[in-house]
Amino acid sequence: MKEGDIRFIKWLVLVNGAVPLALLVWDQAHHRLGANPQNFLILTTGMMALIFLTLTMAVTPVRKVFGLNWVIQLRRMLGLYAFFYACLHFLCFYSLDRAFSLSSTLHEIVVRKYIWFGMTALLVMVPLAITSTNAMIKRLGGKRWRALHRLAYVAAVAGAIHFYMQVKADVRLPLVFIAVLAVLLGYRALNYLRNRKPAPVPAPAK
Amino acid sequence: MLKDDNKILSREVTPSALYFNRRNFIRAGILATSAVATGLVYRKLNPIGTRAGPGVHTKKIADVQKFAVTTTNGDSGFTVNEKETSFENIAHYNNFYEFSTDKEEVAVKAANFKTDGWTISVEGLVNKPRVFALDDVLKIAPPEERIYRMRCVEAWSMVIPWIGFSFSKLLNAVEPLSSAKYVAFQTLLDPARMPGQNSDVLQWPYVESLRMDEAMHPLAILASGIYGGTLPAQDGAPIRLVVPWKYGFKGIKSIVKIKLVADQPRTTWSDYAPREYGFYANVNPHVDHPRWSQATEQRIGEPGRRATLMFNGYEEQVGHLYAGMDLRKNF
Repeated sequence: MKEGDIRFIKWLVLVNGAVPLALLVWDQAHHRLGANPQNFLILTTGMMALIFLTLTMAVTPVRKVFGLNWVIQLRRMLGLYAFFYACLHFLCFYSLDRAFSLSSTLHEIVVRKYIWFGMTALLVMVPLAITSTNAMIKRLGGKRWRALHRLAYVAAVAGAIHFYMQVKADVRLPLVFIAVLAVLLGYRALNYLRNRKPAPVPAPAK
Repeated sequence: MLKDDNKILSREVTPSALYFNRRNFIRAGILATSAVATGLVYRKLNPIGTRAGPGVHTKKIADVQKFAVTTTNGDSGFTVNEKETSFENIAHYNNFYEFSTDKEEVAVKAANFKTDGWTISVEGLVNKPRVFALDDVLKIAPPEERIYRMRCVEAWSMVIPWIGFSFSKLLNAVEPLSSAKYVAFQTLLDPARMPGQNSDVLQWPYVESLRMDEAMHPLAILASGIYGGTLPAQDGAPIRLVVPWKYGFKGIKSIVKIKLVADQPRTTWSDYAPREYGFYANVNPHVDHPRWSQATEQRIGEPGRRATLMFNGYEEQVGHLYAGMDLRKNF
């Protein structure tokens, strides 16, 4: 695929990734986020973070299964969107649910197990976002960079568990996320096992 | 060489510009179309911004007795001096899993719920068991307006002008036996009319219970209306329980059966997650839900958070019912 086409597709991702945020802001400005807009903002930003994490996880399988090598070039932007929405999600929790109280936010982070998973996902994405630039990839070297960025799996799994644990009773939607992630990660695990070099045959004992 | 190159370039200039213009035009179109498509998918999956709640039809209830806030001779608690939550929000933000687990979808799914021929069976340890027609229940006592705080276990709250009467009046009409220690309530079981009952998210029918002294407390009411009219289906039509000092899930909706019993009955939410939802479920800012704090609440329609009050602000009226009880254990 041509350089110009890739640039265009990146623009597509950039614009479309911002659409949910634009609609959230628009709806909020028109008081159309329902009876509990605070809750809606927290839930929707969290959901968007999880959707983008899942899309990031889907890049490599899609590339390999459909032979679309160029999709790899979208991964950074998808990952950064995941981090962006996760940050918004946390800010909404801090401002709307905890009313800007630092102490009660910290208290909640310490005592709620489901928040441990959410915070894990968020914190794990911080070094990934920082090292997402070309310069950082060069500085770290491809091998170390790839190893570090396997943390994205941790973020995705922790994020999905966080969602599952937070739901009151109807766990169908979190289970959908978990199922999709299981397929994507299962594909990678299978690939890994298949590509692993066969163990060297030990010399026959004499 | 240079000359040749220039020739080729000059030949290409015009068509190439046209070509790029057309390509940019198509790309702009794709960009705009994809953004609209993403917006539509977002709206479809997350429809709050565009979903107009269905119109709600209620019938006016005549001759409702109203109470003033009074502090002389102790406050009855029948009226609270706080801004009432809008009818729109009360009728479109509902936890009623019999219709949907999506609070803003309940009104849509409940829009055609019919309550014709509704009966309520009052049975068990009573002298006069009886199957009441709804109208006969409503004749037990004149309707009163009770403006109560409603605190959901999910840490949001409303102020609702209910219409109803003290549940004790129905109990007195059937003459409880002294062996009756608990009142067990049951919601209608009819998956054809309550589509949420087709999923097994909870065990149906929904059941709830009060201790006898709680049930006899004047603040516990059977409500058949809000805002001067009959109860919208999504709020528990035709008749429901309201226990303002307890979390909202104790206020069982669309009641068809009331049974007086000797032993503590099972209740739906504490069956589902006994660590998270207790039998008592008294509003208590000091006892957190395992997964979230109960110290503050989101008052629907208000910015910021409110401090949650002990027994939802009804401590003066109901605190004595729990004297000496460990409320951490009996949550």
